[in-house]
Amino acid sequence: MTARRFILEGLLRGPLTEPAPRADETEVRRLAARLDAAAQRRLGRSLAIREVDAGSCNGCELEINALANAFYDLERFGLRVVASPRHADVLLVTGPVTLNMREALVRTWVATPGPKWVVSAGACALDGGMFAGGYACERGVGEVLPVDAHIPGCPPTPAALLAGLIALVETNAGR
Amino acid sequence: MTGTLGIDGRSRSLGAWRAVSVDAAVWRTAVQTLAAGELQLIGLWAEPGVVRMALGDGVGEAAVLELACPDGCFPSVGAAHAPAIRLERALCELYGLTAEGAADVRPWLDHGRWAVSHPLGAAEPSERRTTYPFLPAEGESLHQIAVGPVHAGIIEPGHFRFTVNGETVVRLEARLGYVHRGLEGLMAGADLDRAARLAGRASGDSTVAYALAFARAAEAALGLEAPLRAAWLRALMAELERLANHLGDIGAICNDAAFALMLAHCAVLRENVLRTAHAVFGHRLMMDQVVPGGVASDLDGPGEQLVRELTATVRERLPALTELYDDTASLQDRTVGTGVVAPELARRFAAGGYVGRACGRAFDARRAFPYAPYDRLNFRVPTRAEGDVNARVWVRIDEVGESLSLIEQILHGLPDGPVRAEPPAGAGEGAALVEGFRGDVLAWVRLREGRVERCHLRDPSWFQWPLLEACIEGNIVADFPLCNKSFNCSYAGCDL
Repeated sequence: MTARRFILEGLLRGPLTEPAPRADETEVRRLAARLDAAAQRRLGRSLAIREVDAGSCNGCELEINALANAFYDLERFGLRVVASPRHADVLLVTGPVTLNMREALVRTWVATPGPKWVVSAGACALDGGMFAGGYACERGVGEVLPVDAHIPGCPPTPAALLAGLIALVETNAGR
Repeated sequence: MTGTLGIDGRSRSLGAWRAVSVDAAVWRTAVQTLAAGELQLIGLWAEPGVVRMALGDGVGEAAVLELACPDGCFPSVGAAHAPAIRLERALCELYGLTAEGAADVRPWLDHGRWAVSHPLGAAEPSERRTTYPFLPAEGESLHQIAVGPVHAGIIEPGHFRFTVNGETVVRLEARLGYVHRGLEGLMAGADLDRAARLAGRASGDSTVAYALAFARAAEAALGLEAPLRAAWLRALMAELERLANHLGDIGAICNDAAFALMLAHCAVLRENVLRTAHAVFGHRLMMDQVVPGGVASDLDGPGEQLVRELTATVRERLPALTELYDDTASLQDRTVGTGVVAPELARRFAAGGYVGRACGRAFDARRAFPYAPYDRLNFRVPTRAEGDVNARVWVRIDEVGESLSLIEQILHGLPDGPVRAEPPAGAGEGAALVEGFRGDVLAWVRLREGRVERCHLRDPSWFQWPLLEACIEGNIVADFPLCNKSFNCSYAGCDL
């Protein structure tokens, strides 16, 4: 009974979903330069994302998870988080890349069919952040994989993540 | 409590607790006392040539025992007291110490991928090693399922090795350490600002709890007291963090039972909390807002109004969501009786937070070792007896109510005054225990000339992960995600 009331309420109330943030123009241009036309034709305006935590404090994961809530509603942009790298176009990688996760990350990338992109998210993923220089970490995702785009922040806000990912889709849409 | 162990006088202050140097004989007595269940283990850590354990009576007494081991050997704690095993494995491989008599000497954090072994001890060149012997399970028709470190969801990395008979789990063993970033090593030599920021990134979902534990330990070391208004604002942030995490967990647990409606509604409330935190303190997770000496940002009039509106919103929505949870038979069918933790095990492991409270262990650091302003506030520590997924959900629901009440009390009683005292560049040693959303976070620090000489942070999940392995036994594989989410242990907080 209670469930029925919630569903009814959901139908009657206006949606909470907010307008999309604008993708950063420079980021879109930078990405466009990296994608060949054939890849753009094949993918269309839809991307499947596999998230890989490569040593994050889990702050980035909290904000990536928030993308699914009603305010951001990631899937309306054709962006889906998928359960396997085999289904993914994009690897969204967080953390400085710990040496203990390095092989798992590389194997996840190898398991992702081409054409594929790597997006690093968060300060650690850029250059190791606060964890650079220790015995246990690389200096960011770029040390291990070819990175196509970076989303800054510690952690990046859902709005920043959305803008970064939309930039990827827009580049992809055949500009 | 040191009396219980037959220790005489010589001790030094760590703030609320005392540290006592002991010999191997007293150390062994302490281990026997732990094994007999008369005391509980709060922490076990080391530095080159020294090993320490924090012990408590589970009510309000605690002490740190310190054993010098110049030859690198100390009597194993884990040999007699299982909750110590993984802490002991971790400290031995980081510092190159040997736990004499230890039954399990497999590496824990060292996966054979670092250039050095014993990185915080002698740091000898290491050989690459990739095999890991999991504990055996024997019997007819058993097979293994290997899961991780990369999981299907957006969660942290870890490996779970299930041994199953058909659908039924016979044994689960977790292998963690994948997100080991070398936090203790990075702490050594860091100035207070950097160290506080590092502590705030031990486990991002508990950034306030860790920053608070570190700040209080550092303040104890320096003999500094944060201004009263700062203590109240810290508690406000800590309760907002608890509120956000519990709301997220309640939704996510139900979602792992395929009840997405609950997640949709709880995620909206969680987002409301994070947006309020951002508007009021400038960061959604309130990272770097608790600092040694106080807090980084004050609460103004409009901010106070936003927090009041937030509590009103959650109060308005919560009863219907609670009813939705309680009233959905298909959901209850999944959560009731699933993943039962035996109360005796929770007591032996001194499991904190909702894991312990869901089977009757009422420990709460805010109550057992009261720190300002909790000594002035009214709150219940909700418990349940059943120890199943359902009980862990209910403890969270009840704690949401308590946190809302605490936030309202804090807004009502918030004293005026400064919010930060500049920490002196002094020396000293301090410890603190803080109640995070998933349980008690321990911080111990030794400072010298305004820098961290050594620091140890102990996540509540050290004593919860083993109970997850125990409670899944006899359950079906398909219920593991549900059990796992009901624990929501930290990987980063334990891997460090």
